[in-house]
Amino acid sequence: MQRRSFLQRAALSVALSCAGFSAGALAADTVKVGVLHSLSGTMAISETVLKDVALMTFDEINASGGVMGKKIEAVVVDPASNWPLFAEKARQLITQDKVAAVFGCWTSVSRKSVLPVFEETNGLLYYPVQYEGEELSKNVFYTGAAPNQQAIPAVEYLMSKEGGGAKRWVLLGTDYVYPRTTNKILRAFLKSKGVDDKDIDEKYTPFGHSDYQTIVADIKKFAGGGKTAVVSTINGDSNVPFYKELGNQGLKATDVPVVAFSVGEEELRGVDTKPLVGHLAAWNYFMSLKNPENDAFKKKWAAYAQAKKLPGADKPLTNDPMEATYIGIHMWKQAVEKVKSFDPDKVIAAMGGQSFKAPDGFTVKMDEKNHHLHKPVFIGEVKADGQFNVVWKTKGPIKAQPWSPFIAGNDQKKDEPEKK
Amino acid sequence: MPAAFVPLNLAVGAARLSRFPAHLLWIAIGVAAMVLFVVFPICNLVVPATSALHISDYTVTLLGKIMCYAIVALAMDLIWGYTGILSLGHGLFFALGGYAMGMYLMRSIGREGVYQSDLPDFMVFLDWKAYPWYWSFTQHFWYCALLVVLVPGLLAFVFGYFAFRSRIKGVYFSIITQALTYAAMLFFFRNDTGFGGNNGFTDFKRILGFSITAPTTRMALFAITGAALLGFLLLGRAIVHSKLGRVLTAIRDAETRVMFSGYNPLYFKLFVWTLSAVICGIAGALYVPQVGIINPSEMSPANSIEIAIWTAVGGRGTLIGPVLGAAIVNLGKSWFTQALPEYWLFVLGLLFILVTLFLPRGVAGLWLKRRA
Amino acid sequence: MLLYLDTLIDRVAVASRWLVLLAMLLVATHAGGAVNPETIRDLALGEGDARASAIAAIVASGDPSALSLLQSMKDGDVKTTGDDRVYLIKGEEAVDLLTGKTVKPVPDNLDDLVINNRLRRELGMAIAALRLSSTERAARLAAARELQGGADEITLPAISAALAAETDAEIKNILALTQASVQLSSNDKATRLAAVRALAQSDSGSVKTLLLALLERKGGEYVERDAELRAEAERSLRAVEQRLSTGEMVGRVFSGISLGTILLLAALGLAITYGLMGVINMAHGELIMIGAYATYVVQNIFRQHFPGAFDAYLLCAIPVAFAVSAVVGMVLERTVIRFLYGRPLETLLATWGLSLILIQSVRTIFGAQNVQVENPSWMSGGVEIMTSVVLPWSRIAIIVFAGGVLALMWVLLSRTRLGLFVRAVTQNRGMASSLGVPTVRVDMLAFGLGSGIAGLAGCALSQIGNVGPDLGQSYIVDSFMVVVLGGVGQLAGTVYAALGLGVVNKFLEAWQGAVLAKIAVLVFIIIFIQKRPQGLFALKGRTVEA
Repeated sequence: MQRRSFLQRAALSVALSCAGFSAGALAADTVKVGVLHSLSGTMAISETVLKDVALMTFDEINASGGVMGKKIEAVVVDPASNWPLFAEKARQLITQDKVAAVFGCWTSVSRKSVLPVFEETNGLLYYPVQYEGEELSKNVFYTGAAPNQQAIPAVEYLMSKEGGGAKRWVLLGTDYVYPRTTNKILRAFLKSKGVDDKDIDEKYTPFGHSDYQTIVADIKKFAGGGKTAVVSTINGDSNVPFYKELGNQGLKATDVPVVAFSVGEEELRGVDTKPLVGHLAAWNYFMSLKNPENDAFKKKWAAYAQAKKLPGADKPLTNDPMEATYIGIHMWKQAVEKVKSFDPDKVIAAMGGQSFKAPDGFTVKMDEKNHHLHKPVFIGEVKADGQFNVVWKTKGPIKAQPWSPFIAGNDQKKDEPEKK
Repeated sequence: MPAAFVPLNLAVGAARLSRFPAHLLWIAIGVAAMVLFVVFPICNLVVPATSALHISDYTVTLLGKIMCYAIVALAMDLIWGYTGILSLGHGLFFALGGYAMGMYLMRSIGREGVYQSDLPDFMVFLDWKAYPWYWSFTQHFWYCALLVVLVPGLLAFVFGYFAFRSRIKGVYFSIITQALTYAAMLFFFRNDTGFGGNNGFTDFKRILGFSITAPTTRMALFAITGAALLGFLLLGRAIVHSKLGRVLTAIRDAETRVMFSGYNPLYFKLFVWTLSAVICGIAGALYVPQVGIINPSEMSPANSIEIAIWTAVGGRGTLIGPVLGAAIVNLGKSWFTQALPEYWLFVLGLLFILVTLFLPRGVAGLWLKRRA
Repeated sequence: MLLYLDTLIDRVAVASRWLVLLAMLLVATHAGGAVNPETIRDLALGEGDARASAIAAIVASGDPSALSLLQSMKDGDVKTTGDDRVYLIKGEEAVDLLTGKTVKPVPDNLDDLVINNRLRRELGMAIAALRLSSTERAARLAAARELQGGADEITLPAISAALAAETDAEIKNILALTQASVQLSSNDKATRLAAVRALAQSDSGSVKTLLLALLERKGGEYVERDAELRAEAERSLRAVEQRLSTGEMVGRVFSGISLGTILLLAALGLAITYGLMGVINMAHGELIMIGAYATYVVQNIFRQHFPGAFDAYLLCAIPVAFAVSAVVGMVLERTVIRFLYGRPLETLLATWGLSLILIQSVRTIFGAQNVQVENPSWMSGGVEIMTSVVLPWSRIAIIVFAGGVLALMWVLLSRTRLGLFVRAVTQNRGMASSLGVPTVRVDMLAFGLGSGIAGLAGCALSQIGNVGPDLGQSYIVDSFMVVVLGGVGQLAGTVYAALGLGVVNKFLEAWQGAVLAKIAVLVFIIIFIQKRPQGLFALKGRTVEA
């Protein structure tokens, strides 16, 4: 019905006699929610699986009675890795389909693109990916990590004796905002620990870069000057050629460990990990974690993937953003049920303080004020089978700092969204 | 090779279209203006949202966006359909116009950004202390409006002058335009460049003092875009029907003969090439405040190829064709990405193949055929 | 200051550990005692320092099984059930390391031990130290290499002892350099001088750092007081630097050639479909992708049905990738492209549509994520021509492969009947047809050939990069640049253009970074085309319009 009315409206410019349809009144027993992840284009590689895990979670909630007795009806759209299309689709979900909440986005630029739409229309977005921080919107809940929940603990670990006691640092990333900001924060952090500028080498490669010969040779050269660690914020697709080059050029983790913030189980699916054993990743969740919640989560996902015959169902993998999506959807349900309303303002108010027994083995909590989760941090080493071996973890969940204290001027920032 | 770049069959179509009766044309334009400037504003702003006749904000932004694309397709048609030069770099001019407007919009945010600084947010956290020189005066709307025209125009002029003087033709020209837009994209992706890198410009607050999210502002932008589209259609018609237009068509069909007849094709090509770039720039400037973001992916080679596809789907060598093409492809995209999110690429791909195989003159060709 | 203190404590810790180790080493060969279960528990389940001393104790125990124990630990064959039990897994059965009992079948709730980089490194050192006295040359060589990075005063006697006993020149060389780099900090001037002189033979970056430290100045004063030593250090430093910069140059040229051959492989198919046949084939990248997926499928079949012959999968994948892409190409030619000959810009539209369909088909069948294509073992790793320069086998193989494909293609086009027909049809379709050349068939076969070569490119690319639905998209623009720069219809031009772009790109990258290098190359192409509007090798002809 909605779709037809949309087409009709498009034709309205020609024929005024169109029978429009505007009030998308919610049917009594269902509630619509939007899923805004790219299913085609460059980001499909990462985002497709988040759409699937969202649908799985909806099924799970519907099977146990839905949200306030209403079944969730998912509206899946494909913004095709095209940023203006993200904004258009967000507006469509909120104003045409009248969804109660949207789960979506991966890249920062897609989030920045939809942000004004969510603020204008007072929508509700759950963003499940680790990001650079420096943002706090009333209409967004960030269920991924802020830099202090991922980058800084990882670097601290590498500086420690157990982590190899690195003295020199290569900060390697794809040239966009997340690596730039993360590296800026890390540089300030390293300086506060007494590392000289000459012992930090910052390098950027373009999007989709696939030839890492020069970079790896440069890392080797740099490592000649002392115990070196590499902090990689290389984006999705470029990681495979980077790791293959590392392996083939014989740069072992015991000599120069590489810690990555964007490499998880899914990214390693395309790599032969035997030469990479010992390289690290920092996340708030690993598939290899052992606890009852994670076992159940993994089992649910495997069953869902097999039932839906998803590609790759023979080797079902879970990763951090999937877990964050799962947490986000459940917390939204809890908040809705707490205030018995789908009204965004009420749900936003109820989100603060929600807690959920997450697959990471901890009870994670939505901060009362700053719209970010309190999350535990794990540092894992790559194993030969593509999974991660947790070598270090925080004692418990830590609070997110969306405004990093290592960026000048952020001490003035309030730890809650500005009132508009 | 160049022989292959001469779609001779189009020449006939163009000639036919020129016989479109003038009074009908004016009636059509009058109707379009009525719809754009009267019906839409009333249905969007005055008619209550509950009414069946209400046009939603979503529809307005979507159609506004598509009209921008239609302008670009029209510009592409002038250079490709009428002059036979395929550019695979028109996305660059579109994006440059967008960036020029974006700079003004960024400056108008003032201190309402995340960091409450005079500088845009991305400059603050990349440690810029002041605006770089090329941002000077961009707080003035009229200066930026000038940039919208000048930057794409100058770049096209210089690039075109050298390329046409060297008599680079056909696919060689297409490929270097592609190289140009690709290089520009990589350049703008760099955070050091001072244009916000991958995130580009977003989070605009106001334009000329009006809130950018206000329904009236949106409607005004929509109407201006509509007016621009109509204006460029008329301009295109004037050019095509003038002596200049004949020379352009002649260049497309047999450039050597044009030279032997005593014309220097360089200046004709250069003129229409530059004009086409300027039109793209203006479209970009209208596009940015409506979609709320400009980022370097607009310059990706694939986007420029898509512009050529709109034009081809609609029908090259006709004026209404590109407009139809842009509308069909983009409305299709908007609809199928929701209706068939997993399969819409099949539909789109099939559409391109079928149009190429069975409608070599595009959708507009259908109508021409019927008239014939 | 704190940092220095840290280092000091570190060194003391290391020293004490190695002292234990060394003292025990001396008795090791005679002792032959068994490893204490407490030690094994520490090693398996303890914390950082406890584990380190456990390793030292195990080495020192002289237990003949120490080496294999440490090795299985490093390989991850030692596991735990979590309740303080440690097992060594040997195929179907497990040995309880604390009690020595054999358990069968293997307990099912086994967990991997936590092995971090520090432990892995110390295990490596311990294993290397034990292996220095191995009878096998390869084992000793590997051990010597391993010790290269981690030697200090404490290991020095062990290294010197091994050096004295060593007969193999290569191992001797490595050990001598390792010994010299430690002896630099000796107290005896003669030893230091000898060490500095010996280090002139090194080609390692860390030696350069050591030598540079000798020449360091603090507040106008040399840290090293001895002028003679400084002069010697300067001389050695120059030799090392010379060697390093040669190595760097070799590495850079190699990476340029490697990038060039990859561009060449990606563009060769296009040089036929576009260069010779005039089809602006935007689906070319997708044909490459199909070749890569064909390789993936062959790999899976081998893994499932012939795990013994896994290393040979790639050889089998080459013809399969060719055939699959060629068939897909011929189907496309028959169903779509043949209707568009002579309308090249329209082939651009149709093939763009085809490419969308192919991408989405692969996404539907194989999923949006990348798939794993593993290098066969003979293509993993690389040949180390200098300490700083490793040439990966995979890249060498691709260079050779590209040469082979090029040669075959040349033979096919210039020495066979089909090649003759293809050239004839390219030059004058009408004339060829009236002379009896079956143009329809030739078109199909030529397109199939171009597509098949794209498939071969995909097979090669799967060894060094991603295999995912977007694989082709990242090569299509570059491929067109190469073909056009070389001159449409000119195979030789394609070769020169690809290699030239590869090398130029790599040299610019080393100088200005990856992003600017790419921009510079694109701008170079634009300017170059101004000078030669028909590409590097223009077809010579008498027509006004070439």
